[in-house]
Amino acid sequence: MAYSNKVLDHYNNPRNVGSMDRNDPNVGTGMVGAPECGDVMKLQVKVNPETGVIEDAKFKTFGCGSAIASSSLATEWLRGKTVDEALEIKNTDIVNELSLPPVKIHCSVLAEDAIKAAITDYKNKAVTKSEAVASAK
Amino acid sequence: MKLPIYMDYHATTPMDPRVFEAMKPYYMEIFGNAASRNHSFGWQAEEAVEKSRKQIADLIGATTKEIVFTSGATESNNLALKGIAEMYAEKGNHIITAATEHKAILDTCKRLEKHGTRVTYLPVQANGLVDLEMLKDAITDKTILISLMYANNEIGVIQPMAEIGKIAKAKGVLVHSDATQAVGKVPVNVIKDNIDLMSLSGHKLYGPKGVGALYVRRKSPRVQITAQMDGGGHERGMRSGTLNVPGIVGLGEACAICNADMPAESKRMAYLRDKLRGKLESALDEVYINGTMEHRLPNNLNISFAYVEGESLLMGINDIAVSSGSACTSATLEPSYVLKALGAGDDLAHSSIRFGLGRFNTEEEVDYVAAKVIDVVKKLRELSPLYEMAKEGIDLSKVQWTAH
Repeated sequence: MAYSNKVLDHYNNPRNVGSMDRNDPNVGTGMVGAPECGDVMKLQVKVNPETGVIEDAKFKTFGCGSAIASSSLATEWLRGKTVDEALEIKNTDIVNELSLPPVKIHCSVLAEDAIKAAITDYKNKAVTKSEAVASAK
Repeated sequence: MKLPIYMDYHATTPMDPRVFEAMKPYYMEIFGNAASRNHSFGWQAEEAVEKSRKQIADLIGATTKEIVFTSGATESNNLALKGIAEMYAEKGNHIITAATEHKAILDTCKRLEKHGTRVTYLPVQANGLVDLEMLKDAITDKTILISLMYANNEIGVIQPMAEIGKIAKAKGVLVHSDATQAVGKVPVNVIKDNIDLMSLSGHKLYGPKGVGALYVRRKSPRVQITAQMDGGGHERGMRSGTLNVPGIVGLGEACAICNADMPAESKRMAYLRDKLRGKLESALDEVYINGTMEHRLPNNLNISFAYVEGESLLMGINDIAVSSGSACTSATLEPSYVLKALGAGDDLAHSSIRFGLGRFNTEEEVDYVAAKVIDVVKKLRELSPLYEMAKEGIDLSKVQWTAH
């Protein structure tokens, strides 16, 4: 099938590839998908605890070109957003930006799920941390 | 070296220029209907058709009267299975085939099941071959046909046809073989291999598209099939329709060339294929060959690059034409059913690439393909969370995935 130029660009020059320390309390990690389904996305955000702004985002993806492009794009969009703004990113935004064909919509859904999973992981950590602080007092 | 490089010869082959030359006169000069019995136009066309029949028969160890021309292997497979099911309905209604057959067999069987035929789909072993003991056990007194492919179109493994034929013969069961990928590539002989019906196709052996043949045995036993196409009673009543003379001439010529060149060509194919394999295996870890290398077409390499998804790999090697068993490249969005049947797990099916080498590939092309694939696999593994986890020593089979 023919890929849009934006998908090709993200595939050829993926943004923000890499991993951050998943044990860092300011890092939220989301891993979605399954190898037997043909795609797995790992998305990580590093949040400034004072401001709630995502200062860094990284991804690694096993999947087709559209899956790689969706997660690469997601990391671009996440940087500079607050945690709450990040939760507003919808898969349809990704579909429109990358001109994904219908058979590739699930790639964008997976990217949205990955964002949500990463933010949830960060929030859970923050809660645990504040509980730990509270119980120490 | 010219790009893109074609290395998908199991899908189709370009025509050999010699084949094209042989066909040329039969479009405008010698255009007669081979069934016209009372003028020279018809006689010349018939003569060309009979020459082709001989060339095909010589390649597969048959006689000319055993060759029925069709539009291709799909039609040959349909004609064989439906024709046998109908003709031998009084004798029985059971057909045995395998899970890794081409859709032209599997979907024909599905259709027959709707009309009362019972079909056994044998699983295959991890190496891609059917278990002969299992085959024996599957035969009942209602079994009329065993249909097993000679060589697989995805993984190139060659079934032990001679032994299968022996088992069938002992039980009085007929054998059909879809030999589309094997004919012209490896020695196929319907006598030695105990085959009663066999399908073959023009465009898989450097001939034209739209023409194929069905071999139907005439002696010990004499096999009969019920025609599936009604009309003028061509091809001794087995397949009506005016003969595609230029196509038939091309198919015959293609067979003659394969027959003459096979020893040298198969050696060259195996050399190039093994070189490709060696380069990939020495540069990359965790690559897995799908199917046995021991009984395999010399031009086939089906290989899984763990932790890399097939479609993304194809995207990175877009100046090379190959195929993948990945779900993303299939119309059904399911990974290859052939690879799944080997039991290696869906993840390896998603990561598989089929290289089909052929007559016009050069060593320079093989070197280019190997270097390019290695480069892209390495790049994609850098991007792969699975590769990272595997390197950290995490057992991926123990991870709780969020399947979707």
